[in-house]
Amino acid sequence: MSEEKKDHFISPISLDYNYTAGAATTRFLKKVSEGKIVGQKCPKCTAVYVPPRGSCPRCGVATEEEVELVDKGSVESFTIVHIPIPGNPIVPPYVCAMIRLEGANISFLHLIQEIDLKDIRIGMRVEAVWKDKSEWDTTLENIKWFKPSGGDDIDPSEYRFKGPE
Amino acid sequence: MSEKNKSDMLRAPFKLEYDYERSTGPIIGKFFEGLSNQQILGTKNGDNVYVPAAEFDPITYEHLSEFVELPETGTVKSFTWIDQPRKHHLINKPFAFALIQIDGATSSILHMITNCNESDIEVGSRVKVSWSEEKTETIKDISHFELINE
Repeated sequence: MSEEKKDHFISPISLDYNYTAGAATTRFLKKVSEGKIVGQKCPKCTAVYVPPRGSCPRCGVATEEEVELVDKGSVESFTIVHIPIPGNPIVPPYVCAMIRLEGANISFLHLIQEIDLKDIRIGMRVEAVWKDKSEWDTTLENIKWFKPSGGDDIDPSEYRFKGPE
Repeated sequence: MSEKNKSDMLRAPFKLEYDYERSTGPIIGKFFEGLSNQQILGTKNGDNVYVPAAEFDPITYEHLSEFVELPETGTVKSFTWIDQPRKHHLINKPFAFALIQIDGATSSILHMITNCNESDIEVGSRVKVSWSEEKTETIKDISHFELINE
């Protein structure tokens, strides 16, 4: 086959969604637009969920009590991304991590920057780097990324849920 | 939930999109190259001729490499009328998706028929290729098929 001969074509697959956040996520994102991270606490097992989904998957009950959390936590799990994803403006290699905020019982996915890749580890303490307040909207992208905050690492056994006190 | 809470609910458009790069291989690649030269090529195995060109015989599983050129005309084997095209369709007026057996072929190709009414098409209708002006070496080099009177 000669060099210029075409041996492939691009076939775009596209799905248009209209995403509805739901009551719990709407409340969470409205607080995020004010620079606050507010989770929900299960009335039965006391687990704190952030972002909240409106119910406790462990107990099957609605979660209504709101708990404001700090924008500091630790790395529960991470991956270093080396392959560029089309349309993604972040230049690899970069770290995607499951961040466990202090006082929360679940983690969420976010970016870690301002770090030497060889230093990233499970249990490392991190803190949020917020965008300028003028750019805040109802999105977790108000936090640009998390960066190392120093201090002693969290013992990974601390991530295990121990139930009500 | 109250109506007020419903209207307070956050909503946002979200587009999930991937660009797949599909390899065409030696047989489909040559079939697409043929389309860009306004040729309909099929692969032949004994009495069977496959359009679109098949790399393997779907009945005997033999590897196929013998090409034959076929005419631009064919017969409708089945069809579905699309009265109100949606935005992802390639034709933005009423059209039919149809299985068309090109003259000389023993298999059918899925394509579109337009510039006609639903009542004009029936199984057995005769059709002819309408070529796209711009060629991309894809199935889109055939713009659509049109009904012909013979």
